[in-house]
Amino acid sequence: MPCRLDLEFVFGIKRNGNLMTTENDKNNGAYILETDNLGISYGDKVALKSATIQIKHNEIYGIIGPAGSGKTSFLKAINRMDEMTPGMKTTGTIRFQGFDTSTWRNLYALRKKIGVVFPLPTGLPLSVYENVAFAPRLAGVRQKLDLDEIVERCLRRAALWDEVKDRLDSLGSLLSGGQQQRLTIARALSQEPDLLMLDEFSIAVDPVTTMRIEDVLKELKSHISIILVTNLVQQAERLADRTSFFLNGEVVESGKTSDLFSGKAIDSRTNDYIEGRFG
Amino acid sequence: MTSLLILPVMLILVILVIRGGPAISWEFLTAYPIKGMTAGGVFPALAGTVFLVSLGLLFSVPLGVAAAIYLSEYAPDNIFTRIINLAIINLAGVPSIVHALFGLGAFVIFFKFGTSMLAASLTLAIMALPVVIVATKESLQAVPMAFREACWSMGASRWQTIRRIVLPNAVSGILTGVILEVSRTAGETAPIMFTGAAFFLPFLPESVYDQTMALSLHLFVVATQVPNVPEQLPYGVALLLISLVLVMNALSIGFRVRFRNQKKW
Repeated sequence: MPCRLDLEFVFGIKRNGNLMTTENDKNNGAYILETDNLGISYGDKVALKSATIQIKHNEIYGIIGPAGSGKTSFLKAINRMDEMTPGMKTTGTIRFQGFDTSTWRNLYALRKKIGVVFPLPTGLPLSVYENVAFAPRLAGVRQKLDLDEIVERCLRRAALWDEVKDRLDSLGSLLSGGQQQRLTIARALSQEPDLLMLDEFSIAVDPVTTMRIEDVLKELKSHISIILVTNLVQQAERLADRTSFFLNGEVVESGKTSDLFSGKAIDSRTNDYIEGRFG
Repeated sequence: MTSLLILPVMLILVILVIRGGPAISWEFLTAYPIKGMTAGGVFPALAGTVFLVSLGLLFSVPLGVAAAIYLSEYAPDNIFTRIINLAIINLAGVPSIVHALFGLGAFVIFFKFGTSMLAASLTLAIMALPVVIVATKESLQAVPMAFREACWSMGASRWQTIRRIVLPNAVSGILTGVILEVSRTAGETAPIMFTGAAFFLPFLPESVYDQTMALSLHLFVVATQVPNVPEQLPYGVALLLISLVLVMNALSIGFRVRFRNQKKW
């Protein structure tokens, strides 16, 4: 209950009440997202086989693994981008907030609840302001005052406000890489998501910005759930409460991050990867 | 070697300016032809070309842009889509006289528009369609996929994404293609000869069902069909026509340069 109140305070916008009430969250149990035997393939190529993963409310869930292990496909399946991706097929079930996403009728509403941050910073070719106001505008926010307030709040949360407050009219796609990545986070937050998915966000970002974003994520954790796909095992160790290790389309092992990183991993491949012996 | 390419263009222009320049005057642009087209101006032909091209654009641009949006943003990559794309490329290669006969058969006779501006501009529109589609498709596809994915993941529909992100960033490319197409259709003679352009009309068309004169056909007529035309008259008409085309091309180059300077990503 306090968490929800906090959320309203943080994001400011009134919730529509559909599936979003406190009662519903309780009914949905401890997990915001559950995948059961999730398989993903592109034509004949299998990207992920039978991933069974549960993600709790208010946790950062790390996913580590080398390139081509199915991490990005996993994220794409969650917000149903398979519908937009030619040839992508999924099997198994994904339950988001207790509801099977394959039977979710309004996919746009589903995607609004799930913020995504891509590996390469993608500032849209709009002004900084319009980048952040994009999702609220889609949701029907029209008043300039409301939009101003959302834009400032989200940019502040993404630790970008001080750098761009004097040039909100300049193009978001021409900011520096690190700024664009924080802009992307601000944009994702403007959707008031319940789940934030970050796909190797630090690839094109300098270490200082990476640290700043990591601090932002730690703070956000108290309001929303976060899936953090990362190629830096130390990043998962720093941030994630629990972690899964993906390898060649297979979920090798999932567990508490502290366990995996203290040598208690069951599978030897997990240990090898974490200690940098391959990958 | 390459500078040799400029030579014929410069030669044509210089000859046209020297021989046709004296014919160009305010009266030439605004007066009707008189004395069996051996004197007077070319106003109805000039106006007719403007009418035909604008009316043609009215059909080809909405249809072409819509088709390109479908092909680039919606169509699944299957055999049907590939056949359509192949057909568009082939349509661009059809000789204009074939378009003319098609227009005659389809619009003039089958749809009973008669030889009229409507039939002529529809024929021009069909000729222009493949170029508009290809130019639009290319400028749509120049917008990075990442922008679309970012929008979709925010819960935007395909159309909202196209409307707010893709089209605004493709519009200068589309415009460039359309203007180039205008300059091409303005010079076409065959497609309008059988479908709506008249040899000589002492008045402007009153509706789209009337015939009209056109510069390109007028040039053909005064150069080959009418006896005793003073030499400077056909050169004047040719100079006017080529100036129109050059202005259009310059416009499109201007757009392209502006577009390049406004780099957005």
